[in-house]
Amino acid sequence: MTSDSYITFENVHFSRGKNRIFDGVNIAIPRGKITAIMGPSGTGKTTLLRLIGGQIKPDSGTVRVDGLDVGRASSKSLLAMRRRLGMLFQNGALFTDLTAVENVAFPLREHSRLPEQMIQRMVTLKLQAVGLLEAAGQMPAALSGGMARRVALARALALDPELMLYDEPFTGQDPINVGVLLRLIASLNQALGLTSVLVSHDVTEALSIADYVVVLNQAQIVASGSPDALRAQMSGNTFLRQFLEGAPDDDHSELGQRLARNFAEALGLLPRPDKAAAASRRREIR
Amino acid sequence: MNGHRNAFLDGLVLLGQAAMAAAAHSGQMVLFTGHLLWRLLPAWTRPRLIVQELYAIGVLSLVIILISGGFVGLVLGLQGYNILSKFNATESLGVMVALSLVRELGPVVTALLFAGRAGSAVTAEIALMKTTEQLSAMEMMAVDPLRRVVAPRFWGAVFSMPLLAGLFSLVGIGGGYFIGVVVLGVDPASYWGQIQQQMQPMDDVLNGVIKSLVFGAVIGLIAVFEGFNAEPTSLGISRATTRTVVLSSLSVLGLDFILTAWMFGA
Repeated sequence: MTSDSYITFENVHFSRGKNRIFDGVNIAIPRGKITAIMGPSGTGKTTLLRLIGGQIKPDSGTVRVDGLDVGRASSKSLLAMRRRLGMLFQNGALFTDLTAVENVAFPLREHSRLPEQMIQRMVTLKLQAVGLLEAAGQMPAALSGGMARRVALARALALDPELMLYDEPFTGQDPINVGVLLRLIASLNQALGLTSVLVSHDVTEALSIADYVVVLNQAQIVASGSPDALRAQMSGNTFLRQFLEGAPDDDHSELGQRLARNFAEALGLLPRPDKAAAASRRREIR
Repeated sequence: MNGHRNAFLDGLVLLGQAAMAAAAHSGQMVLFTGHLLWRLLPAWTRPRLIVQELYAIGVLSLVIILISGGFVGLVLGLQGYNILSKFNATESLGVMVALSLVRELGPVVTALLFAGRAGSAVTAEIALMKTTEQLSAMEMMAVDPLRRVVAPRFWGAVFSMPLLAGLFSLVGIGGGYFIGVVVLGVDPASYWGQIQQQMQPMDDVLNGVIKSLVFGAVIGLIAVFEGFNAEPTSLGISRATTRTVVLSSLSVLGLDFILTAWMFGA
C-alpha cells in the first residue's frame, strides 16, 4: 500500500455460500487515475465494486476507501463516503418513474438544500457534459441503451464525486456508443481530477483508457500494472495471454479432445472416420 | 419395509426444511420490521412522498372498493330483507346492514380487495426496483431506500385502509337502502332511524376503524417486505407478489377473528 492509493484491499477474503470469490486479495488503486479491473465473467468484478461501496462486507481483511475502513465503518461515515462517490451501473439503474432531468436532479434534491433554479442549472450542465441536453424531458423507457447510460453517468456525476465506479460500462453498446463512453470517461477523469475504477471484460476498450490494470481469475490477482507492463507479462503467463488475446479454452483431456473432434466433424472441418476409411481404401485399390 | 422407512425419513427431512425456511422467513421479517420502525418517523420529513403514495395506493383503489361496496350492500339488503321479513322485523334492515358493514364486512372485504389491488402493486414495484438495481443505486447515492421508498408506501397503506373501509361501508349502506327502501318498500325513516338509535359510534365505528388500521399496517408491512426481499428475477417478482396476496389475506382473516373476539367477545 502506498500513500497515493485511494482504495486498498488488504488480504481480502470473500465467499458467497461455498463459492469463494476473493482469496486473500491485495489491491492498491492509485488516486487520480483510471484503474481497470478485468477478468472473465463470474470472477467477482462487480462484487469488488460493492465491497468498495460498503454494500457488502468482506469475510476477513480490510477494504479502505480514502483511509476509511469500509467494512467496519459506522453507517454515518459510510453515508458520508458514499456522497463522495458516483457509480455507473451496468444497466444504468435509472429511476423508471422519473424523467432524465429528474433522475440527474435526484441526488442533488436528496443531499442539498439548493434552490430549484440552481438545481436545474446544475442538471443542465451535467446533461450538457454527456451531450444529452435534448433528451432532458424524456422518460428512461424512451431512451436508447446508450443514452440511458449517459444519463446515468450524468446522475453519477451530479454531486461532483471524487471517486467514480463504472460497472461494465461498454456491455451491450454499439461501437459508436462505446467510443462516446470511452471519450467521456477519459475526459471527465482528467477534467475533474477523479479517481476511477472501471470494471470490464472488454479488453481493447479498457486498456485504451486505463492507467493501471488488475486482472482477476479464480479468486486471485493474476497480473497488475500499466497496460504496457501487462502486455510485457503476457509471454510468461498463459491465462493472461489467453484473456488479453481472447483465445478460447483448450481442453487437453481425452474427453475434451474427442468432443472437439466430433464438433469439427459435424461442421465438416474434418472428414468423418467412415468417409476417411473409405477414401483410404479407394487410395489402396488404386 | 426399508422403502417405507426411507420415504418416511424423506418426508421428515422435507418437513424440517420447510419449517426451517418458514422460520428464516419470519426471522427476516422481524429484522426488517425493526429496521423499518426506525425509519417510520423520519419519513415524515418528506410528507410529499407519503401524499404521493396515498394517491397511488388509496385513490387508485377507489373504483374497485366503491363498486364492491355497492354490490355487497345490495346483497346484504336482499338477504337481510328475506330473513327479517320472516320475523316481521324489516324495519331493522338498516341497522343490520350498517352493523354488518361497519363491524365486519367493511374492514375485512376492503382489506382483501386492498391486498389484491394495492398490496400486490407495491410488492411488484419494489421488487422490480430491486431487480433493476434502482434500490442499489439509491444506496450508493447515500439515500436510504427503506426511508425513501419503503416507509412512505407503508404509511400510504396504513392511512388508505380506514378511509377506503369507511367509503366501502357508506356505499354498502346506500346499496342496502336502494334494495330495501326503493325496491322492496321498507320505511325509509325506520331504515335510518334504527341505524341512528342502535349504532354506537365509540363501539361499532371506532372498532371498525381500529380493525382497518391494523389490516392496513399488516398488508403494508407484508407488501413492502416481500418486495424488498424478493429474488431479483422475473420468477422472484411473481412469487413475491403471490405471497403478498396469500399472506395478507390469511393474516387479515386470522386477525379479524382475534380482534372481533377481543372487541365484541363476551
